[in-house]
Amino acid sequence: MSSHSENPALQHHFDDLKQQYEAANMGMWAFLAQEIMFFGGLFSGYAVYRYKYLAAFIEGSNHLPIFWGALNTVVLIASSFTVAMAVRAAQLGRAKSLFNWIISTMVLGVAFLGIKSIEYADKYHHGLIPGANFTYDSPMAGQLKIFFSFYFVMTGMHALHMIIGIGLMIWLIPKIRRGAFTAEYYSPIENFGLYWHFVDIVWIFLFPLLYLIGREPWIQL
Amino acid sequence: MDSTVEHSRPDVGGDHGDHHDGPHIAPMRMYVAIVSLLFLMTAITVCAAFVELGAFGTPVALAIAVFKASIVVLFFMHVRYNTPLMWVFAGAGFFWLLIMFSLTMQDYMTRDWETPVPIEFLDLL
Repeated sequence: MSSHSENPALQHHFDDLKQQYEAANMGMWAFLAQEIMFFGGLFSGYAVYRYKYLAAFIEGSNHLPIFWGALNTVVLIASSFTVAMAVRAAQLGRAKSLFNWIISTMVLGVAFLGIKSIEYADKYHHGLIPGANFTYDSPMAGQLKIFFSFYFVMTGMHALHMIIGIGLMIWLIPKIRRGAFTAEYYSPIENFGLYWHFVDIVWIFLFPLLYLIGREPWIQL
Repeated sequence: MDSTVEHSRPDVGGDHGDHHDGPHIAPMRMYVAIVSLLFLMTAITVCAAFVELGAFGTPVALAIAVFKASIVVLFFMHVRYNTPLMWVFAGAGFFWLLIMFSLTMQDYMTRDWETPVPIEFLDLL
């Protein structure tokens, strides 16, 4: 047990660093439970309409490019790895390494959003954005509008979380450079890592549910 | 990988670090193994989408996604090495999610089960 005068990283309302660390970790998981419910509402709505309009969801899914979706999955998983390495560097108290891994994560995060914007632009040119310019010649056009509404709201909320994550890294970088984090105190890095992994998990479900429905060769459109 | 660093601290690497005060620091090879597994499962889920699985297509895709999410939660998010209280906190969100999905779909998937009340029972209502 370190006494309060000994360690500047210890806030006065905690008994020791272990308790401080666990409190921060638990608070982050409470926040993530809330995030699970937020995305859970979107996934529930998706499940209901997919059950009702399966044919339209299959047709809509076949308009999404698997290549870009799969590439983005790889990019995001790689960024989950780099942020895990950043947390490990923080645990080991290696500031330079921590800085490099955070920058790598940021580059991968921006790459993900870049690929996403290529896809969004493509949807715009094909008139597949509900509300903006939806032009789809099919008796199922109304149901496809629902599929694309789910596509844009779910990937859009996911992309917003990525943008917030990149903002958090911009906020963390000067602190890292100042040497604010040590092997004893790195909760902001750890909690940012948890947030980033959560955003990765959301995409792990979005990718098969949006891009990979009804790709079997026997399905004739 | 950077094994020199791992050996410079007694509490780094493997399962020998359980009796110290700080958090568990997993060896780099664990992270490399997990990320490789995640890449592999991504390739498998894309390939599986093109295989004729009939009604099993979606369950297979979801099972792969759940597996990927689980290893992210357990190893990248360190729940594997965390306190029982943290297991409860991490599990609670997913547990409530399961309740929401099952009750919602139980409603929507059974709506067309309704049959009109037979005429001989009408005056009992």
